[in-house]
Amino acid sequence: MTLLMPAPEPEIMSRRNELIARLRAILPRESLIVDEVSRRAYECDAFTMYRALPLVVALPESVEQVRAIMALAAEMNVKVVPRGAGTSLSGGSMPLEDGILLGMSKFNRILDINYENRCARVQPGVQNLAISKAVEAQGFYYAPDPSSQIACSIGGNVAENAGGIHCLKYGLTTNNILGLDVVLMGGDLIRLGGKHLDSEGYDLIGLVTGSEGLLGVVTEVTVRLLQRPPLARGLLLGFASVAAGARCVGAIIARGVIPAGLEMMDRATIHAVERFQPCGYPLDAQALVIVELDGTQAEVDHLVGVVQNIARDEGATTIRASTSEAERLQFWAGRKNAFPAVSCIAPDYLCMDGTIPRARLPEALAGMDRLAKEQGLSVANVFHAGDGNLHPLILYDASKEGDVERAEKLGFDILRLCVSLGGVLTGEHGVGVEKRDLMGEMFSDVDLAQQMRLKCAFDPAGRLNPGKVFPTLHRCAELGMMHVSGGKMPFPDLPRF
Amino acid sequence: MHSAPATLEIRDEADAVDAICAANAKGVSCAIVGGGSKSGLGRYAPQAQTLATGALAGVTLYEPNELVLSARAGTRLSEIEALLESNEQQLAFEPIDYGPLFGAERGGATIGGVIAVNASGPRRIKAGAARDHLLGFRCVTGRGELVKSGGRVMKNVTGYDLSKLVCGSYGTLALLAELTLKVLPNPETECTLLAIGADEAESLALLRRAAATPCEPSSLAMLPAGAALALDVHAAAIRLEGPAISVTARRDDLAARLAGGGIRFETLDVVDSKALWRDLRDAAPVAAKLGQVWRISVAPTEGFAVVERMRRAGAPLLAHFYDWAGGLIWFCVEPAPDAHAAAARGAVDACGGHATLIRASAETRASVDVFHPQPAPLAALTRRVKESFDPAHILERGRMRAEF
Repeated sequence: MTLLMPAPEPEIMSRRNELIARLRAILPRESLIVDEVSRRAYECDAFTMYRALPLVVALPESVEQVRAIMALAAEMNVKVVPRGAGTSLSGGSMPLEDGILLGMSKFNRILDINYENRCARVQPGVQNLAISKAVEAQGFYYAPDPSSQIACSIGGNVAENAGGIHCLKYGLTTNNILGLDVVLMGGDLIRLGGKHLDSEGYDLIGLVTGSEGLLGVVTEVTVRLLQRPPLARGLLLGFASVAAGARCVGAIIARGVIPAGLEMMDRATIHAVERFQPCGYPLDAQALVIVELDGTQAEVDHLVGVVQNIARDEGATTIRASTSEAERLQFWAGRKNAFPAVSCIAPDYLCMDGTIPRARLPEALAGMDRLAKEQGLSVANVFHAGDGNLHPLILYDASKEGDVERAEKLGFDILRLCVSLGGVLTGEHGVGVEKRDLMGEMFSDVDLAQQMRLKCAFDPAGRLNPGKVFPTLHRCAELGMMHVSGGKMPFPDLPRF
Repeated sequence: MHSAPATLEIRDEADAVDAICAANAKGVSCAIVGGGSKSGLGRYAPQAQTLATGALAGVTLYEPNELVLSARAGTRLSEIEALLESNEQQLAFEPIDYGPLFGAERGGATIGGVIAVNASGPRRIKAGAARDHLLGFRCVTGRGELVKSGGRVMKNVTGYDLSKLVCGSYGTLALLAELTLKVLPNPETECTLLAIGADEAESLALLRRAAATPCEPSSLAMLPAGAALALDVHAAAIRLEGPAISVTARRDDLAARLAGGGIRFETLDVVDSKALWRDLRDAAPVAAKLGQVWRISVAPTEGFAVVERMRRAGAPLLAHFYDWAGGLIWFCVEPAPDAHAAAARGAVDACGGHATLIRASAETRASVDVFHPQPAPLAALTRRVKESFDPAHILERGRMRAEF
């Protein structure tokens, strides 16, 4: 294990029985998990490389219980790690051995659907897809659609600012939230926004969204609902080179077309998908672009024609446009199966999540190829091409000596490459523990100190989900006093954990 | 008589660091002024010195195919919009121009000011506000530190999303130095469907029905008789944008769906439609009246009830109109020392939302809460957030809240 987490504090470990007794006064017996076997079920999220056994698992079902737990944690100076459905790909809800794991799964009710105001109030444990399912009969849906949408919870989506295939046109979680109830460390409940737009005052909804569970525990979410477009059509475009595919993507956007989805995959992924579950992807293509256009019939048909012409001009070797809903879904079937398909061509894979300016895609791929060769590994690529979000899947074999370390090294090298091309470490999976130690690649110590000061404004004792996102821990008092000069903190030799 | 506050010209980030560090050392509060078009906004809070950012200007990156533009904070909005227009692109959030409201010419704003007030326009309901388009920025915090956040890519969850936080912070956290924005293609064309003849409440209900169709209206406003277009009857205005073939089809579809109840329809072509929404963006129907102006954001279904409650509470309305399908109310009241704040706030608190006093005299803005009062835990958190950037309350002291 190359990841270092803050060492469990013996002082907290020694008070475990007292903590359990105090939690029992807040929660019914079945809502507190203390035995080791049952706690094991919570030892990691979907980032399975690292695990830790939580001190205790609390499963509250009311806001009052959450407030009481947060007040108790502050009083006893115990750490808390919030968890939604546990689908984080970056270890955002990885437990701490000396921390309460606060599972929000019992907050699973849709409280109010308000079609006239086009919004819904939901509890944080509600599945992403369940919201769209609940409103589909009325022709509405909730736009952000991360790949994990059948499992992930809306509270986790808020914590990670989840994206998805449709976010190019319809935005990320942060663009689709109207209100949040947040319980702070210590138990204060803060109500932000509501059913209206743009609450004045600091945009704390925007700040909490994507804060990876470090600022507060979300206990209620008001989401915007959108009217489902009457029609969507897909296009499947094959290209003889990745560069040609990337040029086509750029040309579509340059023409003023913003597709509902704009995805791309490389040859390795195309072949993996076709072996896994054939869906008619062209095996001769080096790159496949999937475009989805939605709107009214007249608009969609018009735009399909526009995109077909662009693809032809860019030398597409395959151009197919869906003529039925079944065919559109078939175009997407391979993309949606890309991850399981890749897991069939290699024993293990590590999914990365950098974003780059779209025009640098050919460079990024060439660089990735070179870096993979250095490690003796290979990479399959799927991209949210429209917004430059890459998902390189690093293929490795955990049973092979040194492969895990090589895969991790390659992952880090790829993310550094993304940053050097003007991109960022993570487009939608979050920093968590996975990319924590790379934050210095993007941010100076001054930048990070400012972010940590904000954390202090919410959580002065640093007890909420510590050890995630930031590569160093500082006490808030020290951050308040600190003046950083020339981009460097005083005491640059302070141990990073 | 007070002597005029000292003005420091901020030409680059280093100037800003020096000025704010010096202000910290002396405990001197600073106003941040770009074009000065928003100096009437916020609490009246004169500062000891002014940091003038007008020379911190220039577009530093524009890649139309990548839909991204970066500019220094003092760059004129008009310059950016002209550059984008030459590529048939735009800032889709349609930032309001405060010129008409404050009796000034249009075009006075800088991009830094647009971000600092989280400006938006009638297209807010579809395209978002400034907050939804700021991808990243560089700033100098109230501590005098140069900090960057975000990036130039559309999708980025690396670290806290400080872009959201600086939008609407009125300069109280940091002096914005450089901003990177998402830009979008212009719609090919637009038109506006006017539904005329219903009363105020019915017109608002009609807008909500329009919003719940798949016709994708990008703006929905209710214009009381006399508010705009020289109409002496109430009108619901619905903007449709996109490819010409689609706009026409959606307009026809929408008219068919909304027909009945003695409503008659008119269509504004692209030129008249653009002119109408520019006027509504800039709150022209209330800007023209002599009075104090409130801007209220509530759930769309509550808009009419809020205005009724204000009337019942005795606030003498001079003019008003609704945007955002009824969720945004602009209204102008006869001037009073307290700007009828109790009536406005009471009307909003009954349903949830916020009321912002936009236009009033300095005396009124010094004594009345310009921004909606906050419950104690939120007010305390707000103050801690402020102090994480600006512990000594150097920047725009008192502009948002009396306590900082």
